[in-house]
Amino acid sequence: MSGIFEYNGGSIVGMKGKNCIAMACDRRFGQQMSTITTNYQKVFKIQDNILLALSGLNTDIHTFYALMEKEINLYNLKENRKMKPTTFANLVASALYERRFGPFFVTPIVAGLENGKPILATYDSIGCKSDLDDFQVGGTGGNYIYGACEAFFKPDMSPEELEEVIGQSLVSGCDRDALSGWGGVVYVLTEQKLTVKILKTKQT
Amino acid sequence: MQYFDNYLQSKGGYDYTNAKRNELMKAQGFKEMPFTKTGTTIVGVLFDGGVVMAADTRATAGSIVADKNCEKLHTLAPNIWAAGAGTAADLHHQCAHFNAKLKLQRLNLNRQSRVNEVITKLTSKLFPYRGQIGVALIIGGVDCNGPQLASVSPHGNYVYHPFQSMGSGSLAALGILEAKFQDGLTKQQAIDLAIEAIEAGIFHDMGSGSNVDVVAITKEGVDYRRNIRQYNAKSHQKQIPYPFPINNTPALRKYEFNFEKQELTEVGQEMEIVE
Repeated sequence: MSGIFEYNGGSIVGMKGKNCIAMACDRRFGQQMSTITTNYQKVFKIQDNILLALSGLNTDIHTFYALMEKEINLYNLKENRKMKPTTFANLVASALYERRFGPFFVTPIVAGLENGKPILATYDSIGCKSDLDDFQVGGTGGNYIYGACEAFFKPDMSPEELEEVIGQSLVSGCDRDALSGWGGVVYVLTEQKLTVKILKTKQT
Repeated sequence: MQYFDNYLQSKGGYDYTNAKRNELMKAQGFKEMPFTKTGTTIVGVLFDGGVVMAADTRATAGSIVADKNCEKLHTLAPNIWAAGAGTAADLHHQCAHFNAKLKLQRLNLNRQSRVNEVITKLTSKLFPYRGQIGVALIIGGVDCNGPQLASVSPHGNYVYHPFQSMGSGSLAALGILEAKFQDGLTKQQAIDLAIEAIEAGIFHDMGSGSNVDVVAITKEGVDYRRNIRQYNAKSHQKQIPYPFPINNTPALRKYEFNFEKQELTEVGQEMEIVE
């Protein structure tokens, strides 16, 4: 038996650009060596300016996303306003740390735009927030995507450039990981809109 | 809802609902992913009139560097700082928790926080958890009893000593400290000594690396130097000579969600759409 995080497989990556932010994920949902579906959603739109990407054990991805949806809905009802991305990033850290001795097996990435400035945060499974880097990765293919990101990334890219770079990094990384792949989706968030591009990749 | 919150508080604020499921999974042979640790070299040096603390900036997850420039010097009070080694999530959240707790106490009592108070509160929290909360801290500060420096281990043990080092690089740093520490150092001498000790940790220990952060606390105030030394800056990187052409990556479909109009549209591609 491999690790708990390798049971379902999957990879996610987030990158900052100039007044924009991008997130990409693969589409595979597997059970160890078998592939169950190739259209599993791993990036969720929490709010117009906040994206949450989750990788790890798929049941916990689902549960954790539902928990965050509940939190943001309650926040909107109680405070009668939208949540800021930095607030949401701290909320994710606290929600993970609350289960310090019985953690969710997920490694989230939060991406958002606050007053035009990109916010990107990643966490380990118990809520250690890391928000100082310009790109973050997660999942079984994460370490391979790190290599591609270090090579392709430039600071202050435009949304179109960023879409290409993050797409290429994801695809290059996932090609080297047996448990990720079977498609890719790239989300680019700017102040005006969110573009979603479904990539054509190798079908293996 | 309020009842549930109070119930959680009485359990130390931790939620154990997944604990049984996780134990069962471990029994079936699944291995957990390693938590982000801070590997780390941290040191504290007492000088005439204050205390200096320094740390490296590498955070590791197994053998991968998770964060190349993380912050390991945390403020617990305006006059008390902590340098942390161990499990990164525990360090961050416990320091944030104590910062808030001390602030509340200062607001209630209208008194400056004291170092020995921090040590007592910390060790009282850590001991019952039997070392499961993985924080190894060096606490330094200046209060009404003068400058003090102490270290706290994850099991709840504390030691007061004029120089301390903790973390995986502590032995490398301790060598420098044992050889060069003297009583009655000046502030600059103490900072130089602390930086040298961290350097030893950065170069000799795999769990420590990147840059050095330093904080010097005196009665007058706090002097925090983030990245005072940078040994691993990227000097060789050239930009990749070609940018990717736009729409280079083939796509199956592309959508756009406009926020102002709150509507989703499908966007046509210039290149052929593959079925």
